[in-house]
Amino acid sequence: MNTSSRIRLSEFAVEALVRVAGFSTIGFVLLIFLFLLREGIPVFLQVPLDNLFGTRWYPTFDFFGTLPLILGSLLITFSAIVIALPLGVAAAVFVREVAPNWAREILKPMIEVLAGIPSVVLGFFGMSLVAPLIRTTLGVPTGLTAFTGALILAYMALPTLISVAEDALDSVPKSYRDASLAMGATQWQTIWRVVVPAARSGILTAVMLGMGRAIGETMAVMMVTGNAARMPTTLDSLFRPVRTMTATVAAEMGEVAQGSTHYHALFGIGIILFLITFLINLAAASAIFQKRRRGGLR
Amino acid sequence: MSTMLKFQVDHLSFFYGAKRALTDVTLAIPERQITALIGPSGCGKSTFLRCLNRMNDTIHGTRAEGRVLLDDQDIYAPGTDVVDLRRRVGMVFQRPNPFPQSVFENVAFGPRVLGTTSRSELEGIVEASLRGADLWDEVKDGLKKDALSFSLGQQQRLCIARVIAVKPEVILMDEPCSALDPISTLRVEDLMRELARNYTIVIVTHNMQQASRASDTTAMMMLTDDRKSGTVIEVGETKQVFTKPQDKRTEGYVTGRYG
Repeated sequence: MNTSSRIRLSEFAVEALVRVAGFSTIGFVLLIFLFLLREGIPVFLQVPLDNLFGTRWYPTFDFFGTLPLILGSLLITFSAIVIALPLGVAAAVFVREVAPNWAREILKPMIEVLAGIPSVVLGFFGMSLVAPLIRTTLGVPTGLTAFTGALILAYMALPTLISVAEDALDSVPKSYRDASLAMGATQWQTIWRVVVPAARSGILTAVMLGMGRAIGETMAVMMVTGNAARMPTTLDSLFRPVRTMTATVAAEMGEVAQGSTHYHALFGIGIILFLITFLINLAAASAIFQKRRRGGLR
Repeated sequence: MSTMLKFQVDHLSFFYGAKRALTDVTLAIPERQITALIGPSGCGKSTFLRCLNRMNDTIHGTRAEGRVLLDDQDIYAPGTDVVDLRRRVGMVFQRPNPFPQSVFENVAFGPRVLGTTSRSELEGIVEASLRGADLWDEVKDGLKKDALSFSLGQQQRLCIARVIAVKPEVILMDEPCSALDPISTLRVEDLMRELARNYTIVIVTHNMQQASRASDTTAMMMLTDDRKSGTVIEVGETKQVFTKPQDKRTEGYVTGRYG
């Protein structure tokens, strides 16, 4: 066999391998999605909708009300974002605009390392340190509350939020800063009135990504939120236990009879969770798209 | 002609880190006139311009030696309020750089950061500034429109309106017409003439016609003999610099044989 045909053969082999790898990845994702639908759809047919979106989740007594779980997830996710947004934007502003170069070089990789802390470690940390602190300082019956979950989730969302927000600040053209400074604005006025507003859509994307991460988080949330499937509709709900969609699936999937309504209901929760995450990602993507289109005008 | 001097630059040298960019620049800039800085690319015209409101401070590791007197005060003296200096000495950049906000917000930005909050007062300043920049008639019905939706020439006049909204004493212009078409360029030049009644203007330009048409005083910059940094080689009334240049190099440059 001569050299050129050998090269052609290896070229063909590599190409085929890459193609198989690519298509099989897409295939697996599709299969998982189909599996989720196949196992989840029946619950929407077997259980009447007013039960399914009712306020009581007692699967052993055929109450499959997912509302408290959905609201529980939303409550801690939004609370987490309310905590993480100001902290994250302030941290991003510090890293990008204020910190001296050497500090930025240290801070950036450290923030990225934070994203790698296993969630079970954060859950353990929340359970053994944050929860007792909340119980004693707020005087609530248990420290395992929605607020504890929100704190831990905020902590988990922060690294992503800071990194993405920092990139957004970094992509604000220097000419905006120059224009502002050249009119006699101070550094802070320039940051808050020009740079941050110009990075708005990027910061929004950061928030969405942080939210996507937070709403899908399971382990840490299950460990610190108390897991009581109550409707979080009273004012003090933030400081009472809640149960999220993810924690419900994780806690109950192990002991459910395969093929039962309860089993399908857990997959149904998976579908609802998927839809919510999908909508959040869609919103984030359209924000990025708008920014690109705007950038294209200039 | 006796005029007051706004800036007196005295043996100014400027460094980017270890690299020397300007050597021994000495230049007087008369008040309420247009002073043009001309010279080949890379000879430090923009660097010099940015020394006059210390915009170079935003670049890490830069350093100036010598004195720059603004109304007899050295702006490089320790304790100088750089923020106040930049309010007094505004700047228009090479590429129009309006903020991605409405026309109104752009012009109101400066007065706002200086503490004006009253809506009616802001409206008054915005209208006066836009009239001052010869832009009012074109944008009065679209004050809420995104500034970036206007033509480049309009954007550049918006940037001029934004600068005069803070009532500076000096306006520095760094090749303000290089991104504009000839008609927009002429409008900006007319505007400069108008503004020179009330403001001192310093303009960097590569366009010889522009310098000869629009300025009162012209300063010719060149690289020093070792070709490592820039300096001013000739200053004079524009007419004289263009018709009877004293320096051979200036003559070569303005007649287009050089640089």
